[in-house]
This record gives sequence, structure tokens and C-alpha cells, in this order.
Amino acid sequence: MSTSSKTLAPGVIAPAVQPSRWRRRAKGLALPVLIILLLEAVVRLGWIAAYQMPAPSEVAQTLLHLADGALWKHIGASLSRVLAGFAIGAALGLLFAAWVGLSREAEAWLEPTFASLRAIPSLAWVPLLLLWLGIGETSKVTLIAIGAFFPVYLNGVAAIRNIDRKLVEVGRMYGFSPLRLARRILLPAALPGVFTGLRSALSLSWMFLVAAELIAATRGLGYLLSDGRETSRPDLVLAAIIVLALLGKLSDGLLASLEQRWLTWRDTFDGTDTGV
Amino acid sequence: MNQPLRIAEPAPPVEPLLDLQVEGKAFGATQVLGQVQLQLQPGEIVSLLGPSGCGKSTLLRLVAQLDQDFTGVLHSRPEQIGFVFQEPRLMPWLSVAENIGFSQDQGYDRARVAGLIEEVGLDGFAAALPKALSGGMAQRVAIARGLYGQPQLLLLDEPFSAVDAFTRFKLQDLLLDLARRHRIALLVVTHDVDEALYLSDRVLVIGNRPGTVCRELRVKLDYPRDRRDERLARLRGEALEALHSARVI
Repeated sequence: MSTSSKTLAPGVIAPAVQPSRWRRRAKGLALPVLIILLLEAVVRLGWIAAYQMPAPSEVAQTLLHLADGALWKHIGASLSRVLAGFAIGAALGLLFAAWVGLSREAEAWLEPTFASLRAIPSLAWVPLLLLWLGIGETSKVTLIAIGAFFPVYLNGVAAIRNIDRKLVEVGRMYGFSPLRLARRILLPAALPGVFTGLRSALSLSWMFLVAAELIAATRGLGYLLSDGRETSRPDLVLAAIIVLALLGKLSDGLLASLEQRWLTWRDTFDGTDTGV
Repeated sequence: MNQPLRIAEPAPPVEPLLDLQVEGKAFGATQVLGQVQLQLQPGEIVSLLGPSGCGKSTLLRLVAQLDQDFTGVLHSRPEQIGFVFQEPRLMPWLSVAENIGFSQDQGYDRARVAGLIEEVGLDGFAAALPKALSGGMAQRVAIARGLYGQPQLLLLDEPFSAVDAFTRFKLQDLLLDLARRHRIALLVVTHDVDEALYLSDRVLVIGNRPGTVCRELRVKLDYPRDRRDERLARLRGEALEALHSARVI
């Protein structure tokens, strides 16, 4: 009896997928390209007034012009706010999620408070933050941190509480200490849920950044948005929106690739074989 | 002459590997186990045969000390015990090799793991993730993990109930082979009469509510056994009769 003739090559399907990946990309690009071309034509033909909807080519020019000067300052300001707020909020979210998730005692003490705080729409904090912390960086970073905290906390607790009891029992069978149990079983098992939380927290961070910067800022992409509105320059507004979209996509892609790398072990449905 | 003094109390011939005396075990108001006396000699293979819910799995968990809330005494228990659950229970984020050496974190004994992988017939799969394995292969990994700690006793809780009949035959032979090679005792919980008789030196038929040993069958056949052996068929009849009189079937 010999089973050694069997070979396993988990990555072997990848090359065959290569050509169809480009086709998938082309499919995804088709709609945006079509919309851009349509807009360009409609504006050039004068069907929409240029002061309301600038042609995409004009927006591109504004963007190029901005890239020569102030754009990087705005991007730098926004990016540092988002990173700081997200880091603080996510770190606290993870900490409390682990605490509440692992201890029923902590849950009894903390969960009702968090549940009621969560019920407050986060933007309602804005006036209070402005009163307490002024219009400087602190209030903006705090607002973003509040926004990032809850998705991470909620998904983290749910992820821990959804861990298969049967896997935990394997650890108990080996007499693992609580710390070792957390490191070897609970943490890796909770990782998929934690990533879901981190990604939605990141997108919320960008949302709260814009909210904070729209209200009071002298730099940043949100400032660019309100500046464009005040000076009646829709091209400026659109340019800022495009940069925000790119940054959001880029930062989410970074997390997504981390998720991809760390969670290759997941045996999940990927949308193929549905017959749809 | 120095005649040894005969005392009324006869000492057991060998110190049993496992000696568990259960007086009772209840979950809330339900009495799951009655009086059960469970003894295993080194290298012995014993099956606990009974229907679902008769408390046989509970008995196994008492031995593994996964559950210590019962009345009775655990007189002796080997230091190293391995456990194979009904499901493979592999960590999906770890490779086959890392799963087998799971009890020792990253510093697991690479050579021993490689040896076990070969023994359970999974050469070439050391780096594979559990999602790439079939049910039977995953259970082989679980058995290898159970053996990694070099136990004197391996506990198996309906280990092959989730695989098809042919895979089950293969895995039973593999298990017997491993038990002999590693010189370990097996305590197998099963509801499969044929499996119990094919594997064991002794079959303890467990009756229902509360669970007690209602019959003990000795299978005095040499290994390797022939599944078509008439003596096995005769014992099968006895086991069924015991189950019947215990009003289990």
C-alpha cells in the first residue's frame, strides 16, 4: 500500500486563472470608463452647464495642477489624522473586545455601557468634542477614533464568542494555560472576524475624517471640499472626492492583502459554482 | 522455607493502567452514569459499546479529565493520554505538521512529526492545510496528533463515525497497527457493533439511563483479525442480545 504517489499542490490552480483575471479587471473597468466618456460628451455638447458639472478632462487638469502644489499638504494632513484616529480607535477596540469576549465578568460590567454608547450616532459627538477639545487636531483624531472603535469592538467580541467550542476543548485537553489558549487557539480563530471589524473601521475612519474636516479645518481633503463649495468650483470638489476614493481604496486594499495573506487557511465560499 | 504468606486480599497481577470507579454522574437532574468500574491493562484494547446518549462519551471525558464533576474515584490514570475526538478538530490555520505537534507550539519535534505523518500514510501532506484534506485524511492527522505526546493510553470518541465504510475499515486497521507498534492501550467509544468486536480485546456493553456496564464480552482472537471470521459473527449475536436485553434495541 502506498499513498506517497499522491501529491498536493495547493497553488497549482493559479496559472490557469491568469488570463481570466485580466478579463475580470476589464469587466470592472467598463462601467466607470463608459460613465466618464458619457459625461465628457454631455458637457462638451453643452447639455449640462460647465459651472455645475465640469468635464472629466477639466477635473483631471485641476488634479494635475493641485498635484504641483497644495495637494500633498492636504493629503498628508488627512492621512495622518486618519492613521492616528484609526490606530487609537482600533487598538482600544481590540483591547476591550478581547477583555469582554474572554470574560463574562467583564461583559457584565462593560457591555451595557458600550451598548448604550454605540446607540449614539457618532457625529453627535462633534459639538461636544469641539467644546471640550477645541478645533485643533485632538478633536478630529478623537472623533475618528470613536468611529473606528465600535466596528472593531463589536466584530471582535462576536468573533471570540463564535469560536468553535470544540477547538477550545483541544486546548483544554492539553492543559493549556489561559494565555497559551488565547495565543494558540482563540486569537487565530477570531482573526477573520477581527479583520472584518478593522476593514469597516477603516472605511468609517475616512468618513469621520471628512466630517471633522468639513466642520473646521484649514488643511486636509475635507477642507478642499468645503473650499470648492465656497468658491463655487465643482472641479475642486470632484478632485477631492477622487483623491478620497483613491486613498480609501488604497488603504482598504492594504488591509485586504494582509487579510489574504494571513487567512489563506479559510475554507470559504468565493462566489464560484453558484450557476448564477 | 520462606513461604509467602497468603492473605485474604488477593493483589491484582499487574498494576492496571487505568482504574476508574464511578458511583454516579449527573447533568442537572438527569442521571447519565450509574455505577461503572473501568479498568484497563497496559496495551489492552477496550470498547465501550452503546447507543447515543447512554453516557459512554461522558465516561471517556471523565477518563480524560475534561470533566471532573462526578462521584467516584479515579484510582490510577496514565500520565500521558491522547484523545481523538469524533470530528478531527484540526486547527484550520495550521498545517498538517503543525497540527500534529500542536501540544508543543512552534518548538515541536520535527522528526517525530515526520515519522507520524509517514505512519498514518500522509507522506507529502506535511505542509497542507486542513481544508485540502478529505474527512478520512483529517482523521488520520487527528490520530497522529493523539499519538504525538507518546501516550500509554489513547482515548477515541466514535472516531470513524463520520467517514464512509471503506475508509472506516482502513482506519481501523491503521489504528490497530499503530496501537501495536507504539504499545499503547486503546479505549474506544463506538455504537458500531462490528467495529467494537473487530478492534477490541474486551467489549463493554453500556446500557441506558443511567449508563452502566450490562455485559462484558471477551474477544479472544489474535490480531490481525479477519472481518469474515465466524467467531466474530457469533460474538456479534451475543452483543446484539446483550443490547436487546438492556432494552437498547
